[in-house]
Amino acid sequence: MNIHEYQAKELFKKYNVPTPRGHIAFTPDEAVKAAQELGGNIWVVKAQIHAGGRGLGGGVKLAKSTSEVRELASQILGMQLVTHQTGPEGKLVQKVYIEEGADIKKEYYLGMVLDRASEMPIMMASTEGGMEIEEVAHKSPEKIIKVAIDPLTGFQGFHGRKLAFGLGLAVEEINTFIKFASALYKVYMDHDAEMIEINPLIKTGDGKFLALDAKMGFDNNALYRQSQVNEMRDLSEEEPTEIEAGKYGLSYIKLDGDVGCMVNGAGLAMGTMDTINYEGGKPANFLDVGGGASAETVAKGFEIILKDPNVKAIFVNIFGGIVRCDRVANGILEATKLTKVDVPVIVRLDGTNAAEAADILNNAGISNIVAATDLADGARKAVAAAKGA
Amino acid sequence: MSILVNKDTKVIVQGFTGKEGSFHAEQCMAYGTKIVGGVTPGKGGQEHLGQPVFNTVSDAVASTGATVSMIFVPPAFVADAVMEAADAGIELAVIITEGAPVKDMMYAKAYATKKNMMTIGPNCPGIITADECKIGIMPGFIFKKGSVGLISKSGTLTYESANQVVKEGFGITTAVGIGGDPIIGLSYKQLLPMFEADPETKAIVMIGEIGGDLEIQAAEFIKHNITKPVVAFIAGQTAPKGKRMGHAGAIISGSAGTAQEKMAALEAAGVKVVVSPADIGKAVAEVMGK
Repeated sequence: MNIHEYQAKELFKKYNVPTPRGHIAFTPDEAVKAAQELGGNIWVVKAQIHAGGRGLGGGVKLAKSTSEVRELASQILGMQLVTHQTGPEGKLVQKVYIEEGADIKKEYYLGMVLDRASEMPIMMASTEGGMEIEEVAHKSPEKIIKVAIDPLTGFQGFHGRKLAFGLGLAVEEINTFIKFASALYKVYMDHDAEMIEINPLIKTGDGKFLALDAKMGFDNNALYRQSQVNEMRDLSEEEPTEIEAGKYGLSYIKLDGDVGCMVNGAGLAMGTMDTINYEGGKPANFLDVGGGASAETVAKGFEIILKDPNVKAIFVNIFGGIVRCDRVANGILEATKLTKVDVPVIVRLDGTNAAEAADILNNAGISNIVAATDLADGARKAVAAAKGA
Repeated sequence: MSILVNKDTKVIVQGFTGKEGSFHAEQCMAYGTKIVGGVTPGKGGQEHLGQPVFNTVSDAVASTGATVSMIFVPPAFVADAVMEAADAGIELAVIITEGAPVKDMMYAKAYATKKNMMTIGPNCPGIITADECKIGIMPGFIFKKGSVGLISKSGTLTYESANQVVKEGFGITTAVGIGGDPIIGLSYKQLLPMFEADPETKAIVMIGEIGGDLEIQAAEFIKHNITKPVVAFIAGQTAPKGKRMGHAGAIISGSAGTAQEKMAALEAAGVKVVVSPADIGKAVAEVMGK
């Protein structure tokens, strides 16, 4: 789960990670009021959406008067902001963050993420602030300094020194930086974060470090104990069908093909997409219905898949483990009564009682339900059905 | 022969009396696994499924001599359970539970490593040595005894591959579901040498997926240390970037962790990589020279 910049900065402030002052605004009036409260004579109007690259997309603008704040806020609020992370349709901007202008002397990058190799969180810093870190990692990996932090002992001075000297900071700046980095580590650990990105981190004219931007993502498995983070969840930033699927314990991701897939297990679900691709088709979605595959979950699965008008055929691929296939087959038949399914459905059931299951499906007399013998057969039939439709 | 577990392995269940724990412990016993007891704090002294229940793992180990624990406790209590097992001298903890926080696993694994306890999982189907010992939730009947070792991040793909291998006329020595979370216990790199050393295993199937770089590490390891033929499939060739595909660890971050990158590394290491998971069985037949 991700949160907005302004929310991440709220968490930063509680842990004394310095950020510029700012207020959130939902209307141009509120934006002006926010600027007046902040005072000064320069403000930044920043679109709040869950995607990077907002500046390049025209979602971050500088204002030199309150009337300019109003003008820019009116422009940005309600726009479909397109960045390299939103897809071509962009994302609707529903709120702007009004922030005081900052005196930028130098820009850096500072981030934290779980390093799977060391099984520890790592902090990464770079002098290439403001640039895409992926690009820096690709073009000049030596410009990224990384330290793995053992969670059993926590953030130590040497971690900070390694980063600070690596960034080429002046001796008198080092302690300020270490204080910043150590506070950031605490934000990360205390909130079960899986990612923090500050890009850019800036050094001001008077030698302070400020998080000019802030991005945070969290471990979904830990949300049950992070009530404050949970309250920050913005459902309007998530795919509505993915949210709905989640309510029923289904894991759904929309793709751009025409063969719908319903599978039990995440690995097999990905493998099914790959098989469809291998057989010359394009998967329309990833859908893991979990272990049980009951009539209700299958019905819900059909409903969600069919919300996508591109779907021309559905491949149901269930490897019945401890669950018996004949039960799943009956579940599928029942599901077609609960939800209207008007595209060909190719069903492959394997595991206990697979033969009985195929008989049940073939004898049901439903013209658009076809039984398949194995994974390849099912994928081939589904691809052919999608092409013929 | 087999790896890690066999018909003599003594197993306890943490979360023994819960719904999931009970159901699967019973299935494991029916398969032939020596479940010698279980742990449910507060229910010590009772009997469940004909076996003793203990308050602590230490009590269970002292009284039964168990060396392996199968963990079914709810996600919030997984770290505690793993550390308790490690503290009690358990040698291998098989963590079935799905949904444990990453931070908890970070602490739990560090502690387990310190105590020399191996872990499998979390969020995995477990481990099975065909016809001898099943510690997990997989449908046992698929795993007919044979000569192929199996390592997989995915549960249902494990069943799918085992089924194909068996249909081609081969069978399984041991199959290990290592799980698809960002932090897991035993991985390819630790399990491959065990299969290499097992005289009964003639070929190895490894199933990977997008995210992380365990498969890349495995490729490097295979190149220098594994002489037995290896067949691999990497799930998620058609997965979009930046989207989590069900498993917490199955996500392409930026340009890292793609299926294509992993497939290329494995191929370069001499592994027989299949593009479609429907071809795993056939590929095994091929490397076995059938």
